[in-house]
Amino acid sequence: MLHTPSGYWDPLLWILALIVAILIAYIIRGFGRKDYKGGEQSKPFLSGMDIPDEKELHIRAGNIYWGFMEGLEGYYDIMKKIHTGVVNDYVAWFLGVSALLFIVILIVGVT
Amino acid sequence: MNMNWLLTHSPALLIAIPLLAAFLTPLIDRLSKRARNVLVLIVLITVEVVMIVLAWDVFTGNTHIYTMGASNPTATIPVQAAIPIRIVLEVDGLSAFMGLISATVSLAAGLYSLAFVRRETGQGRYYTLLLLMLVGMLGMEFTGDLFNLFVFLEILSIASAALIAYRFYRGDAVEGAFKYFVISSLGALMVLFAIGLLYGQYDLLNMAALAKVMKYTMLDKIALVLFIAAFAMKCGAIPMHMWVPDSYTVAPASITAMLVVASQVSLYALFRICFSLYGLTLDVTTVGIIIISLGLLSMFVGVTMALPQKDIKRLMSYHAISQTGYMLLGVGVGLYLIGKPEFSTYGMAAMEGGIFHIFNHALYKGLLFLTAGAIFYKVKTRNLNEMRGLAHSMKFTAIFFMIGAFAIAGIPPFNGFASKLLIYESVYCVSPILSIIAMLVSIITLASFVKVFHSAFMGPPMRNTKEGEVPKSMLIGMVILTVGIILFGLFPGWVVDHIVHPAAQALADQAAYIQAVIGG
Amino acid sequence: MIYNIPFIVVVLLIIVGLATVVFKRNLIKIVIGITIIESGVNLFLITLGYRENSVAPIYTFAPSTKMVLPVPQALTLTSIVIGVAVMALMLSFAIRIYQHYGTLDSRKIRRLRE
Repeated sequence: MLHTPSGYWDPLLWILALIVAILIAYIIRGFGRKDYKGGEQSKPFLSGMDIPDEKELHIRAGNIYWGFMEGLEGYYDIMKKIHTGVVNDYVAWFLGVSALLFIVILIVGVT
Repeated sequence: MNMNWLLTHSPALLIAIPLLAAFLTPLIDRLSKRARNVLVLIVLITVEVVMIVLAWDVFTGNTHIYTMGASNPTATIPVQAAIPIRIVLEVDGLSAFMGLISATVSLAAGLYSLAFVRRETGQGRYYTLLLLMLVGMLGMEFTGDLFNLFVFLEILSIASAALIAYRFYRGDAVEGAFKYFVISSLGALMVLFAIGLLYGQYDLLNMAALAKVMKYTMLDKIALVLFIAAFAMKCGAIPMHMWVPDSYTVAPASITAMLVVASQVSLYALFRICFSLYGLTLDVTTVGIIIISLGLLSMFVGVTMALPQKDIKRLMSYHAISQTGYMLLGVGVGLYLIGKPEFSTYGMAAMEGGIFHIFNHALYKGLLFLTAGAIFYKVKTRNLNEMRGLAHSMKFTAIFFMIGAFAIAGIPPFNGFASKLLIYESVYCVSPILSIIAMLVSIITLASFVKVFHSAFMGPPMRNTKEGEVPKSMLIGMVILTVGIILFGLFPGWVVDHIVHPAAQALADQAAYIQAVIGG
Repeated sequence: MIYNIPFIVVVLLIIVGLATVVFKRNLIKIVIGITIIESGVNLFLITLGYRENSVAPIYTFAPSTKMVLPVPQALTLTSIVIGVAVMALMLSFAIRIYQHYGTLDSRKIRRLRE
């Protein structure tokens, strides 16, 4: 049992609780209707579009999280401009950070 | 050759055995390939076993000292001197902890490489350099002498650079290796300059002897800044992190797993300098806040840059940067609180969280990189846009990937959750914002691994891949790390009490470090 | 004042080396820059050991008992050897990069970016 500052964590007890919860969920599932398989209910839904043959349906990695990328477009523009890939810039960043650390530790000090 | 002899001489044996084997490997490689593979495996297993024996003894309370070249290895100060003369290896709790990590991940990577590089040329050189990387890591972890630290740092970085460029028939591998090597040797030269500054003032190179006489003069402050900047760059803290994705992507997958441990050894060196060399003479508030800010920046920028990546190993290497931020955050909070009364309530827990996270990260990140290598072995591409449906044929790899992804996202009951819980609950007491950012980063980590799992493993199977799983030795390498993840996840209390707490205690206690070498 | 000149030279060498690494685009010039920094740090280590009116620490029947410190000389020798290995490996990387990319301009060797 791992003791943290505000409590404790015991994964074995957690697994036990998880098994009990899964059992309860399974029993509740058993109370449902059994005739839903194979019909309209089990096909994937893409906003009512006509989906192509299900065997070939796969969203490629570049298109996942499109909304997230669009929303943070300003941040990602800056980040992509910073990561140039030129080795001189890597050294420049290192020198910049050490200059900043010099100023903070030697002169100013954070209080 | 009884246990006592082994325990006394184990720090030197652990460095000498892989070093001798590294020099024998090219010779044996000329005779027979199988003999070379057998030699490498035997050496890696021996290092692991001796390391476990040494760590068992160190964690139960004895710090081991070894003076290189003396007639009595445990006597550090000669009869007519007042300071330690020779190079002293000092294995305390944190060194043994990091040594366990290096030995375990090297064993897994070595086993994995047996099948992974089977078709490449120059395998003799590969295994030589792999053993030299192990020597560099163990040397940096065990040494008690500053210049020895620099020498092993350079051994590690030269061997790593040569291994990153292993597939030199591809242009991007050599490019990544060049970028890594330029900035790594610049960092090492700054470390040497700082060592020269400290030597010029105090005429001492031994870390414990220096810690005893350290006064925090202006030159010491300059040396501290150079140490922090260089070692933070070597472990991949933002904003000096740009070599990490470039080099981790192009190296062979088993070498990337070892590069992760190499970065963590630089993290260990940073903590050793801050806690055991300078200790309470530092301005702990300033340096603590600097390390905490480096940690926060690394966590956030690392994971947000990981999300849009399309190359599987580049994505994972940004996650390596982000998880290093967790370690910097945890131990940075510990440094911020050292010397204050709150240290014993939640400062120690923060340090335990950060240090536990080091071991967990080496295990699950190593596993994830090994699975990415397995995918590359089957599909010959690392681009996520071009692969799908690999779970149909690579079932074991998919399961290992899922375990690694759950561990890195901090999902119970795996080991990532245990160390992240310690960090969240203790860092919260310093400022709630730190905990909030840490949890946010954890969620985005899960999001990006869901993306990888969907792109690589789910969906209809690809048309032109061969059926079947990757070779057995690669699976055995992954199994070693998975067993570590599951065991650490199911028994975190035992691990923290017996393995992590001695390490955190050894780091925080500068007096014990000094007393082991000089003192008594 | 005259005994401070080596330290000033060290600082100048390191500044010149850093400027070369940051501003020059040719890969060979970047390697030369790293070598200049390494020379600067080696000079720094040697200069730390100097004592006035001293002899080299290599005699058995020494003409004087004042000797310069031998430890920094050992450190510098190690560092020179490491510098040779670093320079050799970096130059071999530069050769391979030229074979693959056809150019040595660091702005054009950017297949790995973002």
